[in-house]
Amino acid sequence: MSLTRNKPNPLVRLLLAVWLIGSAFSSSVALAEAELTIRIEQGIESALPIAVVPFAEVGDMHGSVDIAAIVRANLQRSGQFAAMPPQDMPSKPANFSAVNFKDWRTLGMENLVVGKILSDNNGGFVVEFRVLDVYKGKQLLGHRIPSSAAKMRLTAHYISDLIYEKLLGQKGAFQTRIAYVTVERKAKAKAKSVYRLQIADADGHAAHSLLESTEPLLSPAWSPDGSKLAYVSFEARNSSIYLQDVRNGKREEIISGPGINSSPAFSPDGQRLAVTLSRDGDPEIYLYNIRTRSLSRLTRHPAIDTEANWAPDGRSIVFTSDRGGGPQIYRVGFDGAPPRRVTFNMGNYNARARHSADGKKLAMVHGNDSGYHIAVLDLERNLHEVLTNARLDESPSFAPNGTMIIYATMGPGGSELAATSTDGRLKQRLALQRGEVREPAWGPFLK
Amino acid sequence: MKGAGIKLASIVMAAFLLAACSSNSTKDDSANQRANVEDRGTNRDSEDDAQAQTHGLDDDRSLTAEALDDPESPLAVRVIYFDLDSANIRSDFSDTVTAHANYLAVNPTASVTLEGHADERGTPEYNLALGERRALAVRRHLVLLGASAGQIRTVSYGEERPAEDGHDEYVYSQNRRVELVY
Repeated sequence: MSLTRNKPNPLVRLLLAVWLIGSAFSSSVALAEAELTIRIEQGIESALPIAVVPFAEVGDMHGSVDIAAIVRANLQRSGQFAAMPPQDMPSKPANFSAVNFKDWRTLGMENLVVGKILSDNNGGFVVEFRVLDVYKGKQLLGHRIPSSAAKMRLTAHYISDLIYEKLLGQKGAFQTRIAYVTVERKAKAKAKSVYRLQIADADGHAAHSLLESTEPLLSPAWSPDGSKLAYVSFEARNSSIYLQDVRNGKREEIISGPGINSSPAFSPDGQRLAVTLSRDGDPEIYLYNIRTRSLSRLTRHPAIDTEANWAPDGRSIVFTSDRGGGPQIYRVGFDGAPPRRVTFNMGNYNARARHSADGKKLAMVHGNDSGYHIAVLDLERNLHEVLTNARLDESPSFAPNGTMIIYATMGPGGSELAATSTDGRLKQRLALQRGEVREPAWGPFLK
Repeated sequence: MKGAGIKLASIVMAAFLLAACSSNSTKDDSANQRANVEDRGTNRDSEDDAQAQTHGLDDDRSLTAEALDDPESPLAVRVIYFDLDSANIRSDFSDTVTAHANYLAVNPTASVTLEGHADERGTPEYNLALGERRALAVRRHLVLLGASAGQIRTVSYGEERPAEDGHDEYVYSQNRRVELVY
């Protein structure tokens, strides 16, 4: 509604262009794993102005973190908000009563977040925050959240989600996690590369390795409740599918044998996996029942059938097949009807489709003369849009709220992660400080 | 008694073949195996054993030591390269495939692993399938030309294990390959 939202503000654009979330946290505690640094390369000009005032601190703050800074970075990174830098703020109120709304109105600020972190005198914290409508001078949202030193970042993500949902009417994905594979290539000839399966918060922080191997790892897939990851490991000198509990790290080889054992995808109810196996001579899609450990074959064609992904309603899967010549996306149900081709008039390379959570869109790898890019196909309107333009973009994965797509792209030092908004307007890079990072999978909403 | 002698002779022969074929065992290992088996053979029925040993040993040695290690031999070529998004065996590799098929046909106890690979372009899972398709194409040709299917194991690494690092056409041409590992 305001001028700032409809007309690009040069200052906002500049800030978006140079925003370096990594530098904001580079002094934070050293973690065992390398962090991902997120850099916004292209921002959205119509972003909603918001000021997240630094939270006041009351009592012993040992182990506390700058919650307001994390919230600010989250909102900024979503592309939906233009967060005001603290040094531009006219004042730093921590309470509703201390807010001079007139000052903020003059600056064209629409929303204000104020809060404080209180010691609970028992080693823990209580975080209070309020979202205020500057023009109406009213509170839109207010919460009191018991927390602890270990949960401070998560608390900041939770607050970000509450703000995002209140102001945009859409669920935020700040508390979610991403899984990915890092590759540390050894410079010395014959020395083995080190592959790691890692998970991190959606902002790239709090990275943990779930598995480390000198043989390739690929295709991590989240269970719908976020408690497990299925993936492919070559540790037995062939591809095998493993299932690993994210919390306790326990894992199990579930499918192995001659030929390819790969490309796991959870059904929406978490009971089954669609997998690619070539034990019958060529890659086919099978359904694996996790409880009974039984396999049933779904596709029957001498061409390559792989990269299955379930529709959110659980009634069909899409997969990549070159039965028509080059790789294209097909859809098959479970009623025995033959697969139907989904991608038409989109060139001769479309592969590895992933559904958005509402099932209305497919993100995929689209190859053309200029390389391999991320494209989104709107299934209702049957229109596609190519969102990225680097030479080797792959492995797209939707955020559970459908606003962003994370994918792998080729950077100067090898594969990096990048993210784009589903409409292509916002672009980010997530660079690992060391080594390559590939095959991102955006996890589900926290249950 | 005679039956036992023949049986023992064949065991001795098999032992020699394995010792000579095994790429993992050291020279000392093979020497020890030979010594042990020979001792037993001499105690039982020296004449049968001596014949069997001579045949088994000479046949196998001449093939492993000379044919496989001769850089001029088509068998010295252990990598077959492929065109983009293709599993067709190019004509410049038909001599290589024929030579390996002949070797496997003449040496039924020899075995080979065909490792299929793809370049980094395209999706990792599709490339895994493409790598397998290449390995299976080589296998099909080997079997057609006289090798037995049981001698051949295939595995695909897709784009996960490039032979060359980098992102240009030359690198890609080196990475689209099937490696024959004996």
